[in-house]
Amino acid sequence: MSGKLATTGVFDVKAVRKDFPILQREMNGQPLCFLDTAASSQKPLPVLQAMDNYYRLHHANVHRGVYRLSQEATDMFETARKAVQQFIGAGHEQEIVFTRGTTESINLVASSFGRAFLRPGDEVLITWMEHHANIVPWQLICEQTGAAIRVVPITDTGELDLEALEQYLKGPVKILALTQVSNTLGTINPIRKIVALAHEHGIPVLVDGAQAVPHSPVNVSELDADFYAFSGHKMYGPTGIGILFGKTEWLEKMPPYHGGGEMISRVTFEKTTYNELPFKFEAGTPDIAGSVGLHAAIEYLQGIGLENIAEHEHELLNYGTELLCEIPGLRLIGTAANKAGVLSFVVEGTHPYDLGTLLDKMGIAVRTGHHCTEPIMDRFGIPGTVRASLGMYTTKEELDRLAAGIKRAVNLLL
Amino acid sequence: MESINEIQDAIIDEFSFFGDWMEKYEYIIELGKDLPLIDAQYKTEDYLVRGCQSKVWLHASLEDGKVIFKADSDAIITKGIIGLLIRVLSGHSPQDILDADLYFLDKIGLKEHLSPTRANGLVSMLKQMKLYALAFQKQLTGKND
Repeated sequence: MSGKLATTGVFDVKAVRKDFPILQREMNGQPLCFLDTAASSQKPLPVLQAMDNYYRLHHANVHRGVYRLSQEATDMFETARKAVQQFIGAGHEQEIVFTRGTTESINLVASSFGRAFLRPGDEVLITWMEHHANIVPWQLICEQTGAAIRVVPITDTGELDLEALEQYLKGPVKILALTQVSNTLGTINPIRKIVALAHEHGIPVLVDGAQAVPHSPVNVSELDADFYAFSGHKMYGPTGIGILFGKTEWLEKMPPYHGGGEMISRVTFEKTTYNELPFKFEAGTPDIAGSVGLHAAIEYLQGIGLENIAEHEHELLNYGTELLCEIPGLRLIGTAANKAGVLSFVVEGTHPYDLGTLLDKMGIAVRTGHHCTEPIMDRFGIPGTVRASLGMYTTKEELDRLAAGIKRAVNLLL
Repeated sequence: MESINEIQDAIIDEFSFFGDWMEKYEYIIELGKDLPLIDAQYKTEDYLVRGCQSKVWLHASLEDGKVIFKADSDAIITKGIIGLLIRVLSGHSPQDILDADLYFLDKIGLKEHLSPTRANGLVSMLKQMKLYALAFQKQLTGKND
């Protein structure tokens, strides 16, 4: 292992990059220029080491073992839960449910909340900027329960139409599900204000925080969100583990999502009673190593400082926005006043797929297509966008390479 | 007329002269630009092979026992590769198309474009080409199963 981690000094992107082994790689003969962090972030050494260490020295199944090793694994798993609770400012450990990712967290709420509370004639309110993961689970439960989905429109800059939202909240809405930060547009929604509005009508709110948590400090108590879903792998932690925060009052009223071991209190063939929170929602052996990696990622994020990360990414976003806007024919999709580190764009006369293919040849990793948000593409009348997204390790030099790469690709294509 | 494999070998030979990826893609892009591949009347939903990222339209007809393919795409690199696929497969008998082993894309370093995860419509298009060949083959042999 190298010497000191970047967490030990003031924020220095060069030092941060040294903590991420994958960033030393070359791609197509060029240093890797990774601009797809919104899809999944890379992993710093402490995360890799924590998981390796767990499997080498501490692994056993959790919760039921009477032996010492199982207790060690259980301690690590539950300590990770505690770390998540403190990280997002949740009131109780029992309000932190481990899942496989944001998608599963939302499916859990849609299914369990939906079965308990949705009836024909009810409405589920979502927005036009949701990821498919915050659309399809609600469609599935609405089909089963006879409830309907209503969609809050967005403006040409990619911001929520708050007047429409206020109007829609007056309807027979049982839950509002929306994203804090749009993965495609970068828009940061005024979640605290929106939650307060919904609560005036007695409507609970699920917040998709997948794109928010890795980039700025989040406190679910301050937001007063009823549910908050996010993923480990987008916050520099491992794939396969996600988090659902839910207020106790709601989680207690909701039926289990999956059945199996761990989630039960007592099982007979006639009747099964369920375990207490959060275990009621955690059937089967959990992703113990994932929780350990997640814990390490949280400590790494805290060591670097989320305020520092937010400031760094904001500066880069402004820098990148200026660079891209100088390119003839380039149109940014998503120009909200309050925006996170996402640069989604199209270039007149070119297809996003062609641009992405040529950028890849130059060692630049961007995402192309609809980014699992097809309604946004339909809204803007485009087949897709090229999306460059930023992380704590992104540099100005990489954005320079992106801008030069786009110009070169456009020259080839036009 | 050259066989499918003779055409594939000719393409491999042509591509061997390219020094780097730039030259190769410049050529593919030019192919894409040059070929007016499909009549506007076939650029409809009926002929659309849906890819997640780029769209492909495919039309096939049987003329004198040979399958004639015409296709198009909204992405220029996809369209260029379609140009190569059509050059290889169009104008051959249904049986030859069904038997064809397309090794040239691997040899010229474009196999990645035929990965299903690429979602550019090319994999579905190739499958659709083989299905057309199968349908025409049955038409020719009068089989009705």
